[in-house]
Amino acid sequence: MAISAGLLLELGLILVALTILGAGARRYGLSPIPLYLLAGLFLGDGGIPVPEAADFLETGASIGVVLLLLTLGLEFSVIEFTASLRRHLPSAAVDLVLNATPGAIAGWLLGLNGAGILALAGVTYISSSGVIARLLGDLRRLGNRETPAVLSVLVLEDFSMAAYLPLLTVMASGGSVAEAMLWMAVALGALGLAFLVSYRWGHHVGRAIGHPEDEQLLLRILGLTLIVAAVAEEIHASAAVGAFLVGLTLTGRTADRARAVLGPLRDLFAAAFFLSIGFAVAPAELLPQLPAALALAAVTAVTKIATGVYAARRDGAARPGQLRAGTALIARGEFSLVIIGLVGAGSGVLAAIATPYVFVLAIAGPLIARFTR
Amino acid sequence: MGIDIHETLLPGVGLRYEFDNVDGDRICVIARRRGEFEFFVSTAADPDSAQRVFRLTDTEADALAQILGAPRMVESFADLSREVPGLEAGQIEVLPDSRYAGRPLGDTRARTRTGASVVALVRGDKVVASPGPDEVLRAADVLVVIGTADGIAGVRHLIEQAIDQT
Repeated sequence: MAISAGLLLELGLILVALTILGAGARRYGLSPIPLYLLAGLFLGDGGIPVPEAADFLETGASIGVVLLLLTLGLEFSVIEFTASLRRHLPSAAVDLVLNATPGAIAGWLLGLNGAGILALAGVTYISSSGVIARLLGDLRRLGNRETPAVLSVLVLEDFSMAAYLPLLTVMASGGSVAEAMLWMAVALGALGLAFLVSYRWGHHVGRAIGHPEDEQLLLRILGLTLIVAAVAEEIHASAAVGAFLVGLTLTGRTADRARAVLGPLRDLFAAAFFLSIGFAVAPAELLPQLPAALALAAVTAVTKIATGVYAARRDGAARPGQLRAGTALIARGEFSLVIIGLVGAGSGVLAAIATPYVFVLAIAGPLIARFTR
Repeated sequence: MGIDIHETLLPGVGLRYEFDNVDGDRICVIARRRGEFEFFVSTAADPDSAQRVFRLTDTEADALAQILGAPRMVESFADLSREVPGLEAGQIEVLPDSRYAGRPLGDTRARTRTGASVVALVRGDKVVASPGPDEVLRAADVLVVIGTADGIAGVRHLIEQAIDQT
């Protein structure tokens, strides 16, 4: 077995660079994701070449998507979904209409095809639950009246991805709208099944899969998730949705332990994923799209504020609370990047506008939220 | 006469408990999923002014709970019941005017009548696990009951019957 010193060195240097960037971001209470994107931008095509590490990062990126969605599924439970649905279905509808529309219009104006328009609509629609949940904790707003509204909106957005991603995947690979609807229906059916299994036989599943040894638990869950993700990808329901459903099905102690055991792996491979997005975009392609990206960011920041105000008002929060809720929702992040990654980061115009868009909002969102008292 | 504790689910984060105290403060405790607790206080007049007071880790929360004298056994039961749909845990206090205060647990025939089981009895800061039918109930005891929601309500109804009722 030949150890490639080049691979190890390149990877090592990249990781060290990421940790410096990440630590810097955390000091100012920002998410490191935009900095990872930036790092990716400076590597690969337009900047410093990393021939040895590129393959590893490509492969790592796919695993990163799977792990991101798996841990997302582990975070939520059926109860949280139904509770959010009951109170905030109208808020979710407002969220969808106000925030997907600007993206769709922008995609149409830019001359993207059907899949591209759908993808850009998704990118502008979905806020980053990871960044925002952490933000609320950091800003000590968990005790506020508007917080449950924000969290419920995020939950409903994440669950809507289960229907959206298969639709997108089929359309991106050139399928017809009818085919896309079929696989979306399949995915929704699978979601319902996962709910049922989780709710009624959750602790049986936990006992079957769980194991007192962390190593065994890790290998089992990872193995199972990758297989389910592969099957899901084959039947065009999207690997990401498959991973999400596995996470959803696990509950209780097994889910808690799975989260702990998978956390570090997810951090590593998610970083590879964010890097790979930045990789695939050449800075030269990016510059012409910058004004459009900024305009889109400004518009959808306002629409998110409106969404938050509406949702918080339904829960009875006062004006300041409504504004806090609105600005908290501005941040976009990992899910928007997943959408870009799934459609094909190399799809020119889409990636060139969506990447700086996410970058700007991932930084501006938390900052604006921080300064809204 | 109890305190009205308002429970809100924070998806992805944990559970939030709030109540108003006599001074007009709103006390808020967030039980995070990872096991830690955050404490917020605001005024009942302006609930939007919540300030975080402090945060406790799991073990620190246990220490506080011991100081306050309330055992956290019911929480563990709540975890158990979350895994088994339809199964719930409840706490029922034996008030001084209950007809079963001063009588053995067996006299309630709670299990036969409601199907729910009294699995523990909390007296001050002592816990009697699996109390037998001869265990005498005293005023201010708290019974920990496991069963269906209806069963628990049934036991509550039994225990809360006052002395002069039949």
